[in-house]
Formats: sequence, C-alpha cells, structure tokens
Amino acid sequence: MATTKQTTRTKTVSSEVKPGQKKTTKSTSSAAQKVSLTNNTWSYAAAPESTDHISIKEQYDLFINGKFVKPNSKKYFDTISPSTEKKISAIAEANEKDIDLAVKSAKAAYDNTWGKMPGKERAKYIYRIARLMQERAREFAVIESMDGGKPIRESRDIDIPLACNHFFYYAGWADKLEYAFPNRHPKPLGVAGQIIPWNFPLLMAAWKIAPALATGNTVVLKPAETTPLTALKLAEIIQESGLPDGVVNIVTGFGNAGAAIVNHPLVNKVAFTGSTPIGKYIQKAIAGTNKKATLELGGKAAHIIFDDAPIDQAVEGIVNGIFFNQGHVCCAGSRLFVQENIADLVIKKLKRRMETLIVGDPLDKNTDIGAINSKEQLEKIKYYLNLGQKEGAEMYQSNCALPSKGYFCKPTLFLHTSQSHRIVQEEIFGPVLAIQTFRTIEEVIEKANNIPYGLSAGVWTDKGSKIFNLTTKLRAGVVWANTYNKFDPTSPFGGYKESGFGREGGIHGLMGYVKI
Amino acid sequence: MMHFSQLVSIDQLGIEERIARFNTRSIKKASKVQGLKLALSMIDLTTLEGKDTQGKVKQLCYKAQHIADDLNNLPTVAAICVYPNHVKTAKKSLMNSTIKVASVATAFPSGNSSLKIKLADTRMAVDHGADEVDMVISRGQFLEGNYRYVSDEISAIKEACGNARLKVILETGELSTLENVRKASEIAILAGADFIKTSTGKISPAATMPVTYVMLQTIRDYYDATGKMVGMKPAGGISTAKSALQYLVMLYETLGDAWMTNEWFRFGASSLANDIVMQLAKEEKGVYYSADYISKD
Repeated sequence: MATTKQTTRTKTVSSEVKPGQKKTTKSTSSAAQKVSLTNNTWSYAAAPESTDHISIKEQYDLFINGKFVKPNSKKYFDTISPSTEKKISAIAEANEKDIDLAVKSAKAAYDNTWGKMPGKERAKYIYRIARLMQERAREFAVIESMDGGKPIRESRDIDIPLACNHFFYYAGWADKLEYAFPNRHPKPLGVAGQIIPWNFPLLMAAWKIAPALATGNTVVLKPAETTPLTALKLAEIIQESGLPDGVVNIVTGFGNAGAAIVNHPLVNKVAFTGSTPIGKYIQKAIAGTNKKATLELGGKAAHIIFDDAPIDQAVEGIVNGIFFNQGHVCCAGSRLFVQENIADLVIKKLKRRMETLIVGDPLDKNTDIGAINSKEQLEKIKYYLNLGQKEGAEMYQSNCALPSKGYFCKPTLFLHTSQSHRIVQEEIFGPVLAIQTFRTIEEVIEKANNIPYGLSAGVWTDKGSKIFNLTTKLRAGVVWANTYNKFDPTSPFGGYKESGFGREGGIHGLMGYVKI
Repeated sequence: MMHFSQLVSIDQLGIEERIARFNTRSIKKASKVQGLKLALSMIDLTTLEGKDTQGKVKQLCYKAQHIADDLNNLPTVAAICVYPNHVKTAKKSLMNSTIKVASVATAFPSGNSSLKIKLADTRMAVDHGADEVDMVISRGQFLEGNYRYVSDEISAIKEACGNARLKVILETGELSTLENVRKASEIAILAGADFIKTSTGKISPAATMPVTYVMLQTIRDYYDATGKMVGMKPAGGISTAKSALQYLVMLYETLGDAWMTNEWFRFGASSLANDIVMQLAKEEKGVYYSADYISKD
C-alpha cells in the first residue's frame, strides 16, 4: 500500500483559486466609490441564542409513576455540553431495581387507567402535551443544542417543531384507530419499553411516546446517557399536563438499564432506535418471548446523482444529506454515487459549498455544523478519518477554523473510494462523506444495494421515469427524490435488512403498538 | 473543461430551500453596519418615470450626494439611473462627485423596436456622458427561440457602448421559468454583458431572490469556465434594509468576497436607500428617528 504517498497527496489538496485573488480580469471602468468591506472578508458577527430564559436543575432524578424519585443506585452521572466540555447537570443512574419500579408503575397505569380510557380522552392528554411543548419550544431548542451539540438552527427549525407535530399527529389518531384498521378491532399491547439514541433526543422521544400513547399503551423510556435533558424536560411537561401517573416513565442511565427494560417480563413491546449491534442483542434477548419489537438501526445510505440532475440543487442535497446534524443521522446520505461524467464538476461545487459552512458554537444562529455529540463519538470519527487515509482514499476537509474547546470535526470528503473501502461499508455517524463514481444505472443500483443496511437512499435526476425505476429497485425504507433528509409525522420511516424493521410515523407507526 | 453553457436543469423547490437558508443568517452588530453601508454604496438610485423632468433629476442627484449629512461615514450611492434624455442633466449635477450616471436604453422598458433605433438610443446616452448603459433584451425574440437574434443584439449594443459598462436587463418577470432565466443569463454573458440585471421595474414580479440566485450561479459558472467576472444587479422590489442584507448574504455565499463591491454588484432601487439610512441612523444614535428626517426626493 502506498500509504505515505497517499498521505502527502492529502496534504496538498488545497482550496480552489478564489475569485478576485489571481485570475481577476479588469473591469472596463473603476467603481464609483469603493467601500472596502474591512480588508477582505465579511464575517457574520456572533449571534448566540440567549440561555437566560431556560432553567436547568443541578440534579435530575428518575421520572417514575408521575414523580421524580431518587435512584436506587444512589448514583448520578454528569451530562456535559459537547461544545464547551462543561458539566450541565447531574443525572440519576437507574439500575435494575429502578427499571423494575418503572415497568411496574407502567403496568399498573395500563391496567387501571390508560388501557381502559376511551381514545378521545387519551387524545386530549396528547394534544395537551403537544401544546405545552410548543409553548416552550425555544427552551427545548436551547437545551437540545447545549446538551447534544446540534446547531440551534436545526433544533429550533427542525427537531422541536417536528417533535411537537408528532404529538399533534398521533393525538388525532387516538380516537380513530377503528378507521386505521377497519374491522380489526385494534387493542393496545400493554407496556412499551423504549430506548432512544442521542442524535435527535427529543424528536426520538416524541416518535416513540406519541404513537404508544395514542394506541393506549404505557411507556418506560430511556434516553441516551449523553443527551438526557430534553427528555427530562418533557417529563416535567408530562407532569404538568396531568397525564395519569405511571403512563409515561422516563428513566436515565446506561446500557444495563436498557438491558433491564428489554428483559423485564412485564414489558410487552420493545422499541429501539440505535446501533445495529445493540439491535441484534435485543432480538436475541426477546427471542422466545411474546414481546413485539420495532428496531430502527444503522444505515449507510446511497445518495445517487445522475448527470441530468439539477446540479447546484443536488450539491445542496449532498450537503444536507451528510452534514445535517454533524452527520449523526442514521439515514445520512453517507455514500455518494456521482455519475462519472459530472464527477469533477459536482466535487468542485461541493468543495466550494463546504467553504461556506460555519462550524462552531451550537448556540450561534449562524452555525451550520455544531459539536460532535461526545468525546467517544469524536474518537470513532477520527478512527475512520485515519482508516480512510490508510485505505488510500483522498481526504478533503474544508478550511474552517474549529473552536479550541469542545468536540468538533471539519466537514470531510473521501474521494476515489470504492465498495471495498471500509469507510464505504461501515457507518461512521459523522460529517464524513465517501464518494464513488458510477457509469450506468444498473451498476449504481447494484452498488447501492450492495450493503447490509437499507434505511434510506436519495436520487437526483430531472427525469421522472428514472426516479420511479430506482425507487422500486433500491432496497431502502425511504427513498428521497431530488431532496434529502425530509421528515414528516405523516410519513412512515424505517429500514430494510440490517437497518431494522417496523415503521415509525404515519398510519404505519400505529401498527407496532396494536394487537390486531 | 468548459461546463458553462451546457443545458442546466434547475429545481425550483431546491432553489427556494437554499434561499430560505440564506434568510436564516442572522446579521447583527458590526456585520450589520458593514453590510448596510456596503448595500448603500451599491445602490443605483433610480427614477424612470414618464413624468421625469430636469427638476426631478437634479433633486435626485443632490440627494445622491447628500443622503444624510448628519450621519458619519456614510458612503454615497453608486450611480443615478435615468432615461437617456436626462443623462446630460444628471451628469452636470454630479460633476463634482464620483457617482456614476447610468442610462437605460434600447427602447426601454419593452425593447420593442428595431436594432437601428436601439443603437441610436444607446449612442445618445453614451454621447451625453452615460458611464453605464442598462439595456433590455428582446423578450419576444427570446420566447420565440431566436436566441441568436437576442445575442447579436446584445453584442451590437455592447459595441455601441464604447467605454460605458453594459448592464443587460433580462426582465425575468416575463421569462416565466428559472431555466429561461439561466438561458437568458448565459446568452447575455456570452454576448458581452458587463452586468446582468433582473428587471426594468415596470413588470411584476421584479427582482426576487430565486431569480437573482440563478443569475449569480450563472455568473459563478462562467467565472469557473473562463476566469472572467461579471456583475449582478437585482432591480425593483427591494425596498428594505433587511432584504438588502439577505441579498448580500446570498451574494457572499455564492460568489464570495471579490463580488462584495459596487464594482460588481448593484441594487436598482428608489426607496431602499431611505430604509438603509434609517437603520444606520438607528445603529449610530441608538434610536430610530422619524422617516421625515430623510429626504424623499
């Protein structure tokens, strides 16, 4: 392997000649009056979102049976801000006993109140939760960005409104289940154990809780250990909403707490979003039991750009596909396939667009890419950055400056990759895009499907018939055409193959929570 | 590799999404002041009315030089934009300033006349001292598919301009699709335009961000292919300081620093200057002052 040679090549990759620096042509007449915009760059002054209006307690307990209770373990762990590395709060660590308590209160709530309550009554509570969330949307957005590192633009414009919309949407279904499943008499399952990831903390909580409540189930939810705060804020709202005690229990902790939920005999349903290895563990654990499961696991989406695509918009789509939420998206468009005759053009435009991405303080309204969620995740991404170079792929990173504190990663491309590269095969979960070229439509379909995952894909072409041809042949749960990373509560989301099974969102999202 | 001028497909929704993204940029404090001053310096202060008189043009020229003398360090606008028969008056009124005189020409605003008359119109403007000529393309010919006619016409006018800079108005409000805007931009640039300009201001919609964005992308692709810069002028419909800043963000993130000067970017506007002055006054004095403090010539 020509490792050293490749490394040198990486270093020499430099940005394009900037307009006005070298090749500028003279204008035919001089400007009326030149106003110099400082010496060169117009930079956007910092526009940080204020944190004055939010209240975060120094310590959070477990939310069980409608109350915040101290953990049996007596232990607390710190949740830190990945952009400052400073502690935000101490979070209770649940152990098996706590989980047992939470599941039993969920079971009692199911047996005594929630399971028997008419749908139209359940709907009122769910609507109330949605409205309370909406009223406090700004607070949620700021906390989400502090705790998880995602830019405030995304938490404000995407995460929080979508989370509210999921509650609104499923509130509407609560009294119409007979219409969702005509003549099937849908019944709730009982207690749903739900384990969610750190990439969209509140949104994933909403995806899980809203359909479970609408269908009459009760919930034990475990947020991820690096991002528990918005789920705990949601617990406060649930308390405020007057939802009967025990209907939703929110327990914070680590893997052992998650395992205790999965293995608890009173849990009737496991809903998990996270990594494929844990998904496999869950399936083994519940084998031979009566538990239902929906698993939404990893991905390595093919993002396909044909030569007849609207190229400038496709470049936007690529950026949105891989740099949205620092690339911490299971459906991220992380494998780019560009038709070979336009590859140079697309990559040139992509590199230029990357230069305008602002990486930094998640609370700054102008930030495009925030902090990597945790030190551990940053290490993992760095591992893949090294691996990619060792494998001989050409690495390109934008020239942005990174803050000195916090966990940050420059937006990164790997050029000249192939299906055999591990950076193409494995989920990196960071702002790292592996680019391959293709020549024919058959070839790209085969390569797009040549991966154990099958969560999502994207297609860019001006030709409608080509889109339909691909959507029927790509083995992926979601295929976006001429756009990417679009979400809506009415639209089902879920995977093929090792990306999991079951659908969340839409009428399909009800299916995982009912006996029919 | 010449990628410029191959048929480019454009996705309207994608464009709108990008625009929405530009508009979420928060421009505050020093960046805002800097941006507003820049925007002010980029204005082509315009009067294009049938009822324009010498008096009106003189008043506008005075305003251009003294837009708010009570504020510190304000730049003047870039140019005054008038009909050809008022070029002399404008030129004389602006004698002691660096402000340029731009003249519309070529049977503005419809462009429905013969090349001969359009050339005469242009020569008159230039002979009377216009520094810049704002011509209109023949939209009828364009929509008929006579691209060569449109192109030849622009080239002929360019020649007649001599040293004056030529801005080519596409009148995007009549071109209907973004693909047409792209195509017309390419024709204008390849035929020799120094600037491409969205609108006459006589047709609605005039300048919009999506249209301007497509034109900026064309300029960028042309620059990539040839290394030559072309200027951009959105005109009509931009009347607030906030919207001007949004255009500047779009310019900055599409073409970059080199275009962030009135040599390469202009706003064609009549009321924008007043709103910018109002905002700058607020930044300087801490409070908004009455609109009556700013002249309305």
